[in-house]
This record gives sequence, C-alpha cells and structure tokens, in this order.
Amino acid sequence: MDLITQLLVAAISSGTPLLFATLGGILIERSGVMQLGAEGLMLMGAVIACTTYIHTGSLGWTLLAVLVVGGALGLLHSFLTVTLRANQVVSGLAMTLFGSGLSAYLGKSITGTPIPGSVPKIDLNFLDGIPIIGDMFAHLDILTWFSLILVILAHLFIHRTSWGLHLRAIGDNPATADVMGIPVQIFRYGYIIIGSMLIGLAGADLLLVYSPTWIEGMTAGRGWIAVALIIFARWNPLRALFCAYFFGAMDTIGFKIQLIGSAIPSYFLKMIPYIITILVLMYLGWRNRNKPSGSPEALGAPYIREQRF
Amino acid sequence: MKRVKRSWSLSLVLAFLMVAVLSACGSNNNNESASESPSPSESAPASSAAASESPSASASGNGIANPRVAFVYIGPPGDGGWTYQHDQGRLYMEKELGIKSDTVENVPEGADAERIMSDLAQNHDIIFATSFGYMDWTLNVAKKFPNVKFEHAGGYKTNDNMATYFGKNWEASYLSGIAAGKTTKNNTLGYIAAFPIPELVYNINAFTLGAQSVNPDIKVNVVWSNTWFDPTAERNAAISLLDKGADVLLAYQDSPAALQAAAEKGKMAGGNDSDMTRYAPEAYLTNPVWNWGPYYVKKVKALMDGTWTNDQYLGSFQDGMVDIAPVGVNVPADAKTLIEETRTKFVNGELNVFTGPIVDQSGTEKVAAGQSLTDAEILEMNWFVKGVEGTIPN
Repeated sequence: MDLITQLLVAAISSGTPLLFATLGGILIERSGVMQLGAEGLMLMGAVIACTTYIHTGSLGWTLLAVLVVGGALGLLHSFLTVTLRANQVVSGLAMTLFGSGLSAYLGKSITGTPIPGSVPKIDLNFLDGIPIIGDMFAHLDILTWFSLILVILAHLFIHRTSWGLHLRAIGDNPATADVMGIPVQIFRYGYIIIGSMLIGLAGADLLLVYSPTWIEGMTAGRGWIAVALIIFARWNPLRALFCAYFFGAMDTIGFKIQLIGSAIPSYFLKMIPYIITILVLMYLGWRNRNKPSGSPEALGAPYIREQRF
Repeated sequence: MKRVKRSWSLSLVLAFLMVAVLSACGSNNNNESASESPSPSESAPASSAAASESPSASASGNGIANPRVAFVYIGPPGDGGWTYQHDQGRLYMEKELGIKSDTVENVPEGADAERIMSDLAQNHDIIFATSFGYMDWTLNVAKKFPNVKFEHAGGYKTNDNMATYFGKNWEASYLSGIAAGKTTKNNTLGYIAAFPIPELVYNINAFTLGAQSVNPDIKVNVVWSNTWFDPTAERNAAISLLDKGADVLLAYQDSPAALQAAAEKGKMAGGNDSDMTRYAPEAYLTNPVWNWGPYYVKKVKALMDGTWTNDQYLGSFQDGMVDIAPVGVNVPADAKTLIEETRTKFVNGELNVFTGPIVDQSGTEKVAAGQSLTDAEILEMNWFVKGVEGTIPN
C-alpha cells in the first residue's frame, strides 16, 4: 500500500468514532440545543459497551445497552435544557464532567480486561483486486458501514423530508414552528435523546473496533474534536463525513511524516490537525462571507412560549 | 429581567455546590489527621505536621510512629501501566507496614501539582511525587515545608528534605531488545516513544543495542507520540510503524493500544511499566516493568525509625525495582535462555549496557572500546546509537 492509501484506510478507521459523535451532535444542535457533552457521553458509551460485552458476551446486548444508556443521558440533558431551561453550555459541560467521572467509577473493575470478541466484518472479496477502493472498503466492520448509511439517511432526513423541515424550523425559529403547530419541546426531547444515543455509540465504536480495552479517559479529547467538527461541517451530515475522515487522517499523518525521515520536529507535526482546522475555518469564513453561517439561529436559546428575546 | 434572575439562581446553585464539595474535602482531611487542631485561626502552614513531629527530624533522628503518607499520581491507577505499578507499590507498602496512605490521582504536571502538594504537606509527613514533570513543583513545596519529606520519581533535583528515586530500566530494555532481535523476521523493529527526554533516549538505545547483540543488522524505527497516555494516538503510531514494515514493536507508553494493534495485524509487540500479557497473549513480546513496593517500604520505614535520608536512589535488577515481564509464548526459546543468562549478569553487576565501542547515528564514536558510561552520563543521554532510524527533536 502506498502512503495515500494508508492514509485513506487510517482516515476511515480513526474517523468513524468522530463521525458517529458528529452526526449525533448535528441532530441535537439542529434542534436548537447546544451539545458540549460529547466527551462524557462517549466515555459512558465506551465503558457501558465494555462492561456489557464482558458480562454477556453478546454484541447485540452490548449495542442495546449503549443505546439505552446514551438515551437516558440524553433524557437527562433534555430535561435540564428543555424543561428546566438551564444554561445549555453549563449543562453540556456538566454532562462531560459527569460522564468522565461516572465512567471512571464504573470502569474500575473491568480496567485492563480485553473484550471477548470483535465486531464482525463484511468481506467484499470482489473488491480485493481493486487498488485504493479495495484497501478502503473490502473488509470494513458493520459499525463502519452503519455510520456510512447513517450519513446518507441523516442527510436525506434533514434536507428532503417534512420531518427534517420541522427539525430545522425548531432550531432556526422555534416560535414560528410553535405557531405552525410543531411541538417544539417534544421534538427537542426526541432529537437530544437520539443524538445522545449516537454519541454513546461513538464511544462504543472506539472501544469495540479501535482500542478493545477499557482504560479511564480513553477518548483523550476526541469528544471535543467532535464538537468542533459539528461547526466545521456547518451542521451538514455529508460535510461531517469528510470532516471526520479528514481529522482521522490527520490523527496519523504526523507519524507518517516522522517515518519518512523528515526533519520537522514531532511537536510541530502534532499541531497539524489544529493548524489545518484554523486555516480551513479561515478559508470557509472568507469564501462564505456573504452567506449565512449554517448555524441554527436559535442555537443555545431555550424556547419559552410567548416570550420575546 | 427574567434572564438576569435565572443566571443569579444558577450562580447560587454553583456556589452552593462548590461549598458542599469544599466542605466534603475539608472534613475528609480532618478525619485523616486526628491530631490536627480544630481551631480555624491557626492557619500557619505545616502547623499540623510540626505538631506531631519534633523540629528538623532529619537532624535529630527522631522517628514518626505513624507517618501520614501521600502519593501524587499523574494518571488513574487503572491506566494499566505507570500509575498502576505505583499504586501496587503503595498497596504493598500499606500491607507491609500496616499503615494507611492517601492518593491524589490525575494531577497535571504544572502549577496544580504545587498547589496540591502544598495542601498535602499541611497534614502529611512524606509525599511521593510519582512523575518526572513534578520536579520543580516538588522542589518549591519542599522548600516551603522543611519538616515534610518529599520523594520524587525520575528527577535530578534534591533538597535537604527531598530525595529522588528511579531505576536502571535500560537494563530491562536491553533484555527486551534481545527478545525483539530474536523474534523479528525482517530485522525491522519499531519503537513508539512518548517524549524526547533522556529516559526515552537511553531506553531506545539500550533496546537497539540489545537487539543488535543477537542480530547486528537490526534497524529500529522511532516515532514520537508526544503523549504518555492516548490509546488512539498510540494505535495510530503503531499502525504507521507496521505499515512501514516493522514486525516487532515496543511502545514506551502507558496503554496497551500498540500491543493490541500489532496483535490484530499478526505482529508482535511489547508495552511498558507492567506485564501486559493479558491484553494479547499470542502477540506479546515482553517489556521492562517497575516494582516500587520494596522501595516505598524502605523509605517509609526509615521515616518511622528516624533514619530517612535525601539520597538519589537508583534501583536495578539487584534490588528488584527494575525487572522484565514474563517473555511471551511466541518468542523463540533460545531468546528466553539468553535473556535469563544476561539477566543474571545484570544481577551480579557483570554487565554494563553502554560499554564501548558504541557509535552514534552519524558514525562518530561515543564510547571507546573497553570504556563504559557512568549512570550519570546515561541519565542525561541525548544521542541515538547507530541503527536507530529517527531524530531527537530539539
């Protein structure tokens, strides 16, 4: 495999957890609620996946448990932000701190125990001979395929269905949506819960596919990168795919450059993803300077019927 | 107006939470140190430590019957590596001496470390600071609290009340190198290194020399991860090395991610700090391990007897502070024999890893034939031996 192919393969494998988390975040933020709890939710997803898999040995139960716990945390987040109208920044940060602490506590007894199996792969042997495509897609696991399908579904849902229109309406202008008869609070509850499930699944994917042992703090900041990717992708699932894979590739490009024998100090190589983020944001900001930012207009503001802001 | 009110109530809630947390911490400390005066006016630092101990214990030689011991950790005890081994040592010490100790986990190597150690110094007699980056912060606190003893792992700065401890783990790295050199099929090894500091440089060199001792054509590719603990980054580094063609890896990191990555690709790897066999028995090579327990017993015992000194301790195979994990099942049998023999030489003090002739990457002779580097020279090493492919960033 040449360098480009290696990078593309790495992009998919380390970008998939980021993709799940970004998609979940997009659904939540499109409904007008900020999502800063990804780090905590991913850690909870990972620890629940590891515990359930070790104790039941069944991948099905594992994924179900992750979805249930992710959904429960989403319910908590929506109760705080939608019903109690708590500050969404504080609530999100609380979710991160709560998830980091609770996952460390729950994980104490299983730390260092390898999981009893792995996620099944779909072997597309007819792709094997094809360069690049074959290396990238011939032997992906089912969670990675699921994330790819999810991107397409999320894109069609948001932009091509009336439900998606409602979602965008409650994120951009909840008062108008309310007048039109869309139950803003109930919809926000639903999207926060579904989005949190996906972010939990991101943590489970990291554990089941990428680093198959629970270790405290194993996301090491990837939840925060997912938060940045939501903005980077401008709340669009298709762009999220490219952004997540791009960051996945950037995760590994520093090591590749070191191994080529370049004289660039490794500290500088470690900054590459962040420097490129800043450059791309500058470029997009300049190119789209006369267009709307893509951010849901009511993002961050709790909706209270008949109150003016 | 309503928004203003809400943010007020929010800050009230936060303030309340903070008070609750702080009071919980406070009461915890009081339980730990029953001798502490309850009077709130007595705010002089180290008052409680001074109360239970005669002034300048190091000079008078008076012991402390029930020393209050604290450990400062860089990570969680569940990291499976560095902090795990320190915590095992701590538990061993508790069991041997029948005392209890306190720990603070996840302390960053920065100003927070100084603040946390200052807090601990007010009601503890001895503090173990278990990471290199705590060095200057520990020294600052040691100067402020002359009656409290400080033990710093891996550093080189001391004070009247501050000792250092570490071990010659390069000897164990040399043995891991022998295992890797016997196991590799294409003479290409990979090394995932945390930070470009002397500790890594001499371990990489010792690993390379060990591998070359059984197989002179060995090349060791080095990548810097610039992290002690980030399983995803460690895995990416491992895959990059495997893609480059390395078939045996060593990861001087705190997580087993590199070993797991190698196992998936049917290659072999070792980790660091503790026995990592359980993560991937088939793919496990071996690696240096730490065994801190006996040292912790010795120093706390010395404090109890009043014989504590501020020496710079360097453990080895001889006292068991440094050891090598059981060699993996797929390492050739002759490697195991050779490792045992070489280990015996280290125990008897018959072998120095850095005995000449040794040349660096550019071919310049660094150690002449028949000469050996001293421990002090090894501890500040900043050049790679020939056969290492990689650079040390400045």
